[in-house]
Amino acid sequence: MLSKRIIPCLDVKEGRVVKGIQFVDIRDAGDPVELAKVYDEQGADELVFLDISASHEGKKTMIDVVRQVASELAIPFTVGGGIRTLEDIKETLRNGADKVSLNSSAVQRPELITEGADYFGSQCIVVAIDARYDEELGTWRVYTHGGRTPTEWKVADWAKEAVRLGAGEILLTSMNQDGEKTGFDLPLLKAVQEVVTVPVIASGGAGSSEHFYDVFTEVDADAALAASIFHYKETSVQNVKAYLKEKGVVVR
Amino acid sequence: MIGIIDYGMGNLFSVSKALERIDVPYKMGERPDELEGCDGYILPGVGAFPDAMKALEEHGFISFIKEKVASGVPLYGICLGMQLLFESSEEGGDTKGLGLFPGKIEKFPGVDENGKPYKVPHMGWNKLNVHQPDQELMHNVGDEYVYFVHSFVARTDEESILYATADYHVEVPAIVGKENLVASQFHPEKSGRAGMQLLENFCKVMVKQ
Repeated sequence: MLSKRIIPCLDVKEGRVVKGIQFVDIRDAGDPVELAKVYDEQGADELVFLDISASHEGKKTMIDVVRQVASELAIPFTVGGGIRTLEDIKETLRNGADKVSLNSSAVQRPELITEGADYFGSQCIVVAIDARYDEELGTWRVYTHGGRTPTEWKVADWAKEAVRLGAGEILLTSMNQDGEKTGFDLPLLKAVQEVVTVPVIASGGAGSSEHFYDVFTEVDADAALAASIFHYKETSVQNVKAYLKEKGVVVR
Repeated sequence: MIGIIDYGMGNLFSVSKALERIDVPYKMGERPDELEGCDGYILPGVGAFPDAMKALEEHGFISFIKEKVASGVPLYGICLGMQLLFESSEEGGDTKGLGLFPGKIEKFPGVDENGKPYKVPHMGWNKLNVHQPDQELMHNVGDEYVYFVHSFVARTDEESILYATADYHVEVPAIVGKENLVASQFHPEKSGRAGMQLLENFCKVMVKQ
């Protein structure tokens, strides 16, 4: 039986981790590779690096980060942010990333999902979806460009379409819950779980170990991602896993 | 010296770095003559089975691999590199493999015996059930978690090749072996402690450096 995955997410800008990280006992708190090692030691099952560099130089630096992480760690990791072409996918995977995460670029040009999946297999292609509840639509709407741009897509429809095109995994972020620390958006996750046949990573809203328990037991999410509660040391990956284990959830 | 077989379809970077971490000398080669004379070989692989067989053929590696295995040189197939060692795969029609292990590669049905759907790919950390702890490759590897990510699975009636399996609605051959030929469905270089131990066992115990 698969264990439930806990995935810390690191935002990287111009080669440095941003979002005010509060680790104390490492050399350089802004170094993505050092942080990745800390999370690995804590028992993280996988890592996500989101490149939010605005410059071309920053993008190149990200490839160096990818190479270093792949050189030093023996756990899988996903890289997202600014991956727009099949060439970008190739470059990222060939330098040691296990998966790429596509968000805005997949909405703009859905064939990119198929191109990546045909070349490397579906398992390498994660489609990230930013979702916000829309009263008028009566369901969740897909947003792109870091949540700034609304699209015509309903979340469940886009998730289904992404899988049809070849996505091997869905990383689903609730914009409503993001940063609130009041728990994952269970109704949203349920709505997507019901319509896709690939693993779903829950994201947005984690504030405590109980929230991970809820998302794994109530909607059977395959994995859960969090950033700030780990970065700000409100809890650690090992604390969350110890809690889950005690409650009978299968973790590594 | 370990030879990493580069036919354009593997995540060679991560494998080679993992070997550096355990101080194992290696070289990569795109043609058999570049890899002649190594003490052991690694056959990596990511992507689709038919493309990979075609690429192996084009790089001249098919007979090379068969000859090396037949002459007793240790070889470790990783992920798609394991699947290629079986007789055939239903990926992209019916494609012939290297035929060094009995059995064929099939897509996960995605529906269990009670008709209940489950998720494909098989993705994430799953626990090994070790069947043959006494094999050299399995030294110091217990029922630990390793990281799987695959949509196709090996099916074989030959239990003697199953060093370890994992449960994912069907019995998933996780580590297989027959004398000097071994392979794992998962990437050892991405599977934490147990994975690194397997690489070390292969490179330092099975391969006489």
